[in-house]
Amino acid sequence: MTTNEIENPLIKYLLHLADNALIIGHRNSEWCGHGPALEQDIALTNIALDQVGQARNFYQYAASLISDLNGEIITEDSLAYLRDSWDFKNCLLAELPNGDWAQTILKQFIVSVYQYYLYQALAQHENEKLAGIAAKSLKELSYHLRWSSDWVLRLGDGTQESKKRMQDAIAILWSYTKEWTDYVDYELNILGESIIAIQKNCEEKITAVFEEAGLTIPQDIWMHKGGKIGKHTEHLGYILSEMQFLQRAYPNVEW
Amino acid sequence: MQKQEAEIWQILEMVKDPEIPVLSIIDLGIVRSIKITKPSNNLTGSEVCVAVTPTYSACPAVDMINADIKNALLEAGYKNISIEQVLFPAWTTDWMSASGKEKLKKYGIAAPIGKSCNQTAIEELTVICPQCGSDKTKIISAFGSTACKALFQCNNCLEPFDYFKCH
Repeated sequence: MTTNEIENPLIKYLLHLADNALIIGHRNSEWCGHGPALEQDIALTNIALDQVGQARNFYQYAASLISDLNGEIITEDSLAYLRDSWDFKNCLLAELPNGDWAQTILKQFIVSVYQYYLYQALAQHENEKLAGIAAKSLKELSYHLRWSSDWVLRLGDGTQESKKRMQDAIAILWSYTKEWTDYVDYELNILGESIIAIQKNCEEKITAVFEEAGLTIPQDIWMHKGGKIGKHTEHLGYILSEMQFLQRAYPNVEW
Repeated sequence: MQKQEAEIWQILEMVKDPEIPVLSIIDLGIVRSIKITKPSNNLTGSEVCVAVTPTYSACPAVDMINADIKNALLEAGYKNISIEQVLFPAWTTDWMSASGKEKLKKYGIAAPIGKSCNQTAIEELTVICPQCGSDKTKIISAFGSTACKALFQCNNCLEPFDYFKCH
């Protein structure tokens, strides 16, 4: 199926939120059984589970709207498993490979910061359904943000090696961080004025944690974008081919 | 009709959380409302709608709980049962009953402390060990064996234990 022709900004926005959560959740799940310590393995897989759950809520809502619009039955599964990469609206950072522990931590930290302050604003949205999903997710996000902030501090303010790893992670990933607050039309339609506060809160949080961790933020560098309008890195294709294999090979299979 | 509604609340008291079988779904506070959408004198003619709110977005117990609610009502004689998922307002541990918290403790899980609106960081809480009652405990990880729990350890009896997170 394709959702490319859909013009409704709410549906596009819900898909954007769901895709972000699903793809970062999938990346985190790759750590299952590979974490550096049992507790951290469990932490990251718990975060993955929360993310996939949040994605489900957004997909279910989007699916009900699309079904009403098109008159054919669309489900959360068709949205997650049967769209191709140009239909996905997640930010590029979410789909990048996990790299080492420092890169995973940095990715999770950036995603948590943006999701946290975004859901905080959305929890006040006039659309009660969207506000409800955001309020529920926000409770979970407070744990994600705390965990990932603690780890940025621990690595940045840790040993020489851990600091180097963290600074290397910043060098690799920083050019993918601006996209989160580089708003496209469907986001502006839903978020309106609240983007100002969200952007400010995110920048303040990242600056505060980086300062405490003794990490430097690169200045004036090229910033990637495109994920929100379906222009992705090659990495997303590999994620989808793994994630969607079963539904593509055995349509409508259930277990 | 009110009698039927009261009866359904009692039936749902028998439906347990599959992850923590000492807690009923009423103890958890996840049943938001019970509506007899089409009243009838006999149970088979009545239409019942149970509104349930999930604890966590991805709690794997949700689907099972919904199935258990249906089964419990089917066994009681109801035939037309629907389950509505309510996301707003979001579930909070504040809705857990006092007897539910007591049951948790007896089961070996420390109950959520305080109100969800007082956002004390989990690391700063004094969690009492459900095994020996000591307040000399430490957090091992904010993430535990299920989405709703954190892992603690008691410095007195040295046993690890779960803490049901304030949410």
